[in-house]
Amino acid sequence: MIPKPDWAVSVSPHIRKGTTTSQIMWTVSASLMPVLILSIYNFGFRSLIITLISVLSCMFVEAISQKALGRAVSVKDGSAVLTGILLAFVIPPGVPYYLPLIGAVAAIFISKELMGGLGYNVWNPALVGRAFLQASFPVAITTAWIAPQQLAKGAWDVFLSPGSVDAISTATPLSVVKQYGITALTQQFGGLDSIYWNFFLGFKPGCIGETSALLILLGGLYLMARKIITWHIPVSTLASAALVAWIFGGQTWFSGNPLLHVLSGGLMLGAFYMATDYVTSPTLKSAQLIFGVGVGALTVLIRLKGGYPEGVCYAILLMNCLTPAMDEWFQPSRFAPPKAAPVAAGK
Amino acid sequence: MAGTTFAKGGIHPEEHKELTEHLAIEEMPPPSQVVLPLSMHFGAIAQPVVKKKQEVQEGEVIAVVEKALGASIHSSVTGVVKAIEPRPHPTMVRCDAIIIDRDLSAPPRQYSTEDWKKLSREQLLARIKDAGIVGMGGAGFPTHVKLSPPPNAKVDTLVLNGAECEPYLTTDHRLMLEYPEKVIEGARIILRVLGIKQCVIGIELNKADAINVMNKAAAQSSEKDDTVVRVQGMQVKYPQGSEKQLIYSLTKRSVPGGGLPFDVGVIVQNISTTMAIFEAVAMQKPLYEKVATFSGRALNRQANLKVKVGTLLSDVVEYLGGTKDLVKIVSGGPMMGFAISSIDIPVTKTTSGVLFLNSSETDLGEFGPCIHCGWCMEACPMGLSPKEVGLYVEAGRGHLTEKFGIFDCFECGCCAYVCPAKRPLVQFARLAKIAIKKRG
Repeated sequence: MIPKPDWAVSVSPHIRKGTTTSQIMWTVSASLMPVLILSIYNFGFRSLIITLISVLSCMFVEAISQKALGRAVSVKDGSAVLTGILLAFVIPPGVPYYLPLIGAVAAIFISKELMGGLGYNVWNPALVGRAFLQASFPVAITTAWIAPQQLAKGAWDVFLSPGSVDAISTATPLSVVKQYGITALTQQFGGLDSIYWNFFLGFKPGCIGETSALLILLGGLYLMARKIITWHIPVSTLASAALVAWIFGGQTWFSGNPLLHVLSGGLMLGAFYMATDYVTSPTLKSAQLIFGVGVGALTVLIRLKGGYPEGVCYAILLMNCLTPAMDEWFQPSRFAPPKAAPVAAGK
Repeated sequence: MAGTTFAKGGIHPEEHKELTEHLAIEEMPPPSQVVLPLSMHFGAIAQPVVKKKQEVQEGEVIAVVEKALGASIHSSVTGVVKAIEPRPHPTMVRCDAIIIDRDLSAPPRQYSTEDWKKLSREQLLARIKDAGIVGMGGAGFPTHVKLSPPPNAKVDTLVLNGAECEPYLTTDHRLMLEYPEKVIEGARIILRVLGIKQCVIGIELNKADAINVMNKAAAQSSEKDDTVVRVQGMQVKYPQGSEKQLIYSLTKRSVPGGGLPFDVGVIVQNISTTMAIFEAVAMQKPLYEKVATFSGRALNRQANLKVKVGTLLSDVVEYLGGTKDLVKIVSGGPMMGFAISSIDIPVTKTTSGVLFLNSSETDLGEFGPCIHCGWCMEACPMGLSPKEVGLYVEAGRGHLTEKFGIFDCFECGCCAYVCPAKRPLVQFARLAKIAIKKRG
């Protein structure tokens, strides 16, 4: 017997790069903070409260589920926090305060922990939460909008109402277009240029974290600079959405408005933060491009032909279904593989 | 110089070479006792030709491999055989070893250099074989066998591996700086043995001084005849020194999976081995001394030491002033070296370095689930899917991983290095290979 040494003996490699899973989660969460700040400016402190409730709910549900399932509690890794932020960002600011808790159960317990926990879920947890809420509370999820720039208007009372804030609800641009056509929208904002500008900056009614294309773009570029995400999924998603909108979005073929579709609804947040989720999107770049094309095309098809004004959530969830298969189909190109068919060693 | 590199993947780990790269090779005084394991090479275990209490001279043959693949073993000191018994071994856990008590009064053996050019190819090979030389890159493949490729192999290029891409290690760097002529002459001996004219020496650009010195020595030697010995700078990128990556970087030839370098007309030699070949042929000095890097911040003093093969690590540690905050001992580089559990093991012919890592240098944390970030696939120099192999092994399906090209994996560790979940992807790959072999 060799005596047990005073030092550690473990497998190679013995040095590791510094980046950890939880660093990635916290970095992505941090990159979303400007969006949250704008949302507070737009929709009042209600945005902040909904987001906090959502984050705490997700952490709580994760801890409880992991205890119940006999797993190590890993709330500190930040993945539940990120899911909480993203869940809040895809629901309207005017929903009742208990809604995020229900969404968190769907997102964390059903979609993540019951699937095997971090890394094993098939669908994006935050979007499962959103889809669950949309099915269960269709009225709140599609009507609880708040007109933008509440703080500037001194409307401090918005966040005090515990239930839906129907009193000041207003339609989102996508549903205005869906129901009344683009003319109604130009009347509301006063000209197409004004629409583009307000949509790009984020001064429009919408979900808590979906209004500002600019801030989402900046956050996405930051994540690219930090090498956490690459351009493949966002660019292919936005490009295919624009293309499909241009072809099919108008009265005649090739007369749609691609820019309006790209800047509207949750497409920017979906392209940069939801479709790029490591776990639920394909790993290889070539597969990511196809995944993005699917997300963009399905989004616009749902918007144009479906019953809902917005389609990003379902488009991504549908493409998520294909991810495991795409990960099997798409393998990296190998360096100098064997010339003949591989022969098992030892034969 | 821009620097050549391999086709795909690779990583840039912190080098840590500053600890020893400026320290000249230092000769450690011989220990009072050496432990020479009967296996320091790839192949059959050597059989002792000495008996207990027998007197042996420095450089005398003490164990041989008769018919099988293997290499002779020489006494590294003058003294008396104390015992032949099992002792701790770096990779085999325990192995029979010849233990020799040094005669403290015996003077070191002297060698003189002679002109090797009058020797025939067979004589050169015989001297290499008699000196017990093995590949010092790690595997310890007997060099006289490697230098006798099958007659149908059309070898045209000798590649010398001066990449030393593993962090911390500076052995080959120092050898090239301090003995450039010996390395170049060694290369010319190999060219003669192989009957070819062309040699490329690949050196990473972080060793600019070695590139300069070797360039000069190569230019001087090339004037003498029609052989071409050339130095090529390579990008600082791990695993630049891995055989297939090195060959691609220097010759743009790809060794196919399951193939050997001579399939593309190349033979690769390590710098230390090349110098040992020179000493074996021109000085008739057997391989019983090894230059190795002893580094890591747990060691009180780091050094590039020339030590007698068979010197126990405990003697080296004592010579270097002991350790503090020792967390792990690694034989070899931090990427592909293996952790060792005892310092009662000897320096062998293939020891390129021993690292004593402290808590700031190595991480012993737990690993988490795969989050499919794909960084391992970006880093893999062979274009494999380490994450899939890991998931298969965890699910008890390691035997189904052949489709991911698992037998092309040479366990360089790039995947595990970049993994944010700190997954032991190299170990998963090993388990997958074992699972496939078990199912036959």
